[in-house]
Amino acid sequence: MKLNLAILSLIALFFTACSKEEKTEAPETETVTKEAKTEAPQVDEVVPFTSDEVIKVGVLHSLSGTMAISETTLKDTVLMMIEEQNRKGGVLGKKLEPVVVDPASNWPLFAEKMRGLITQDGVDVTFGCWTSVSRKSVLPVVEELNGILFYPVQYEGEESSKNVFYTGASPNQQAIPAVDYLMNEIGVERWVLAGTDYVYPRTTNKILKAYLKAKGVADEDIMINYTPFGHSDWQSIVSDVKKFGSAGKKTAVVSTINGDANVPFYKELGNQGISAEDIPVVAFSVGEEELSGLDTKPLVGHLAAWNYFQSAEADVNSDFIASWKEFMKDENKVTNDPMEATYIGFKMWVKAVEKAGTTDTDAVTEAMIGVSVPNLTGGIATMMPNHHLTKPVLIGEIQENGQFETVWQTEGEVVGDAWSDFLPGSKDLISDWRKPLSCGAYNVKTGKCSGQNYE
Amino acid sequence: MQKILQIAFLNLLFSFSLFANFETDIKPLTENSFLKKENTVEKLVSKYSENEKLHTLLKAMLDGELYYSRKEFVVLKDDEVTNLLGEKLERNRKIFKKVKTNNKLRSVIRNRLSQLNLFSKDVEIRFESAKNIRSNLEKDSIPLIEKALKFETDSSVKDIHLESEAILKARFGNFEEKKIAVQNLGDFLSPEALQVLKEIEAEGGELSKLASKSIASIESSRSFFSFLETIFFGLSQGSVLLLAAMGLAITFGVMKVINMAHGEMMMIGAYTAFTIQQIFPNLIEYSILLAIPLAFLVSGIFGVIIERLVIKHLYGRPLETLLATFGISLLLQQLVRTIYSPLNQNVETPEWMSGALEINSALALTYNRLYIIIFAFLVFLGVLLLLKKSSLGLKVRAVTQNREMAKAMGIKTGYIDAITFGIGSGIAGVAGVALSQLTNVGPNLGQAYIVDSFMVVVFGGVGNLWGTLIGAVSLGEINKFIEPVAGAVLAKVIILIFIILFIQKRPKGLFPQKGREE
Repeated sequence: MKLNLAILSLIALFFTACSKEEKTEAPETETVTKEAKTEAPQVDEVVPFTSDEVIKVGVLHSLSGTMAISETTLKDTVLMMIEEQNRKGGVLGKKLEPVVVDPASNWPLFAEKMRGLITQDGVDVTFGCWTSVSRKSVLPVVEELNGILFYPVQYEGEESSKNVFYTGASPNQQAIPAVDYLMNEIGVERWVLAGTDYVYPRTTNKILKAYLKAKGVADEDIMINYTPFGHSDWQSIVSDVKKFGSAGKKTAVVSTINGDANVPFYKELGNQGISAEDIPVVAFSVGEEELSGLDTKPLVGHLAAWNYFQSAEADVNSDFIASWKEFMKDENKVTNDPMEATYIGFKMWVKAVEKAGTTDTDAVTEAMIGVSVPNLTGGIATMMPNHHLTKPVLIGEIQENGQFETVWQTEGEVVGDAWSDFLPGSKDLISDWRKPLSCGAYNVKTGKCSGQNYE
Repeated sequence: MQKILQIAFLNLLFSFSLFANFETDIKPLTENSFLKKENTVEKLVSKYSENEKLHTLLKAMLDGELYYSRKEFVVLKDDEVTNLLGEKLERNRKIFKKVKTNNKLRSVIRNRLSQLNLFSKDVEIRFESAKNIRSNLEKDSIPLIEKALKFETDSSVKDIHLESEAILKARFGNFEEKKIAVQNLGDFLSPEALQVLKEIEAEGGELSKLASKSIASIESSRSFFSFLETIFFGLSQGSVLLLAAMGLAITFGVMKVINMAHGEMMMIGAYTAFTIQQIFPNLIEYSILLAIPLAFLVSGIFGVIIERLVIKHLYGRPLETLLATFGISLLLQQLVRTIYSPLNQNVETPEWMSGALEINSALALTYNRLYIIIFAFLVFLGVLLLLKKSSLGLKVRAVTQNREMAKAMGIKTGYIDAITFGIGSGIAGVAGVALSQLTNVGPNLGQAYIVDSFMVVVFGGVGNLWGTLIGAVSLGEINKFIEPVAGAVLAKVIILIFIILFIQKRPKGLFPQKGREE
């Protein structure tokens, strides 16, 4: 029986090795297989583990409550990545074991669950959080217990923690290039900054306003508007936008409107006769996942700025999409930007652990800086000393099928900026976690390292 | 002379040979580069402006209906394949690829197409084209507009042309022309007219005064129309509130049942509309009309079941009713999540409900809102008649006013309770169908409206349908008049504070039910 199992796994190994073109690894692991044949618990386990220890990986995403729609996808992405990695023999020969908890879209619960993950379950790394407020809630716990958190969503910046790696975009990797695109390529002179009323849109708009003013845009050419979560009656706001946009200057809307509220917003735009040609809307929170559940007709031609689109033409991307659809057993599943960020984060962590030879937090965080892995758009993502990534910025037009057509992208990758250069409070701050500086908020003028939670 | 003839002849020959090559000339449209496509479009327009095929091609391209295979270009709409002459073709649609467009390309096509369409036979098309030209005026548009003015017979299109002409003359004409144009522009309303006047005003000089006068006249009429617009917005929001609250006015107002699952009845109605569109994908245009009676039935039946199973046992115990119906609302939400999915569903808007009724360039009323206003008032009238004029209504009022006496008169009170609750829920379902055209259809749809519904009923006066009407419309209007000043977030807060204060002063609402106090 054991012999059969060993032969079977050898055959399986041979096939996958051929198909995945990882032939260089095959001879080494062959000998390993014989030694460790008792270890292989499942037939589909291609490369068995060399150690009977396990590495626990925490997954801290809401599986219920309002954020469940978005966050469940990321939980599944991590699980898929873990499964894939285990098939390759795990990390350091040890099996990865996911520990999934549900913080239920309840921000204080995120902190509690994080504490549980580190102290009780003893996880070595955690992938999690979506909203900024959940990250802020978890932050003191990760720092106190010296854990590692990978945060995969675009956010407002103004933060850099020793224990957190930000694999989503900071404002200079999404908002600023989008504004540049509108200004230089479309010739926009009048700006509507519309957002949902919470921390991410408020901070982003603060940065954008400072940026626009630095570019010489007058105060009367900027209109800022906030709406509550799930706002559905957009009549007067759209009518205001229309009036604002009819002053003879090209106008665009920069939208940080969140989730559900987008559909009635775009519908109202369409009904009031504002097309993407007249007043384009560039959104930072509308991705493939959000588009999959709505009537895209009124949205066609409007823009979105991300670091990844499912439509990106790269071999790694088509492989990723294929394995995602297979993992979810659903042909209609789409991929999106935070998924790519999770993918990159996971690959980086694996690489850093292998480089450090241990899962110890201090060793891994040190090894993380400078790690490079291919991203899904055909470029390279590198972890910078400020715990942010290099990312390409893509602007896409929404198509009728719910996908994006890339109309513009940055040449090469943009380095994520933890502290915005356009806010008076943070423009002198830098973050560098390399020794000897090791500081998340170093003021280059005063030469002092202030606390991490600069506000 | 001979030379001219020669050139004319050559030109003719040239254009003739090109005419034969229309098919090859459009080939570059299949390329990926948008810039190349743009150049191709420009070239085609300059060469084939009289060719019917080009009109079809550009129109299809603009609407995203132009497809190509290796051999030919076709228009693919609603699964029907036609060639550029409008003839039906028998082709497998799988072999065709879409000609992709982007914003810039679409705006180029739209401009070119509107120049071509200025002489179309269809008044609607001419009207749209004239408007498009007005917003993209260039110096060399003058001859085109003058030509169109001679040709034009329809007065509304003519007005737009006159306005365009005045704008152009104000900008590029000689002094006398400018003077007349500036004076004339005061009679128009479009933002383009206002824009050119402002430019002239800024230049100073003699014209500046005239311009200021015209500006003042435009702005005063624009502010009048913008006032009308705000009233319309308020009315529209009020009608949505009315629809949402009317069912509650019956279950809570008449029957005194605090029904926390009221929102979920709306959600069920919205999902009924969605399901009908899924079952009959070819009937999108009528699906909403079909959904209204069906949603009434489905939500009504749910209502009756809930009443018979739960609420029946809890009459006179408001706290328990509140908790039980809250539980039911969670149950129904989870049910929808399990059956459909936690994601929002896409309910398509029929053609006749999209777009806006344009009254003039300062005032346009969106059709979906307009229909919903009308619909809300029709439903209101229906409910009013049912309660006041029908025998069922009489019995309902009898039971709620004095249950014991009604029983003694031979009315089956249990049966009436169930029917009343069913009607209230059914109306909520109908409201859900209307909401499916305005907002997201998802498990949380009801949650967003439950608070507003209670607010309206309490504000209007419990047990009084007219109170609900006045309450809904006035809350809508107040909200829309505060919103531009205070912003959407603050407007909501102000309304809530206002209602709290109002209830302190008049605990029974605007129109309290008359009767002896207990």
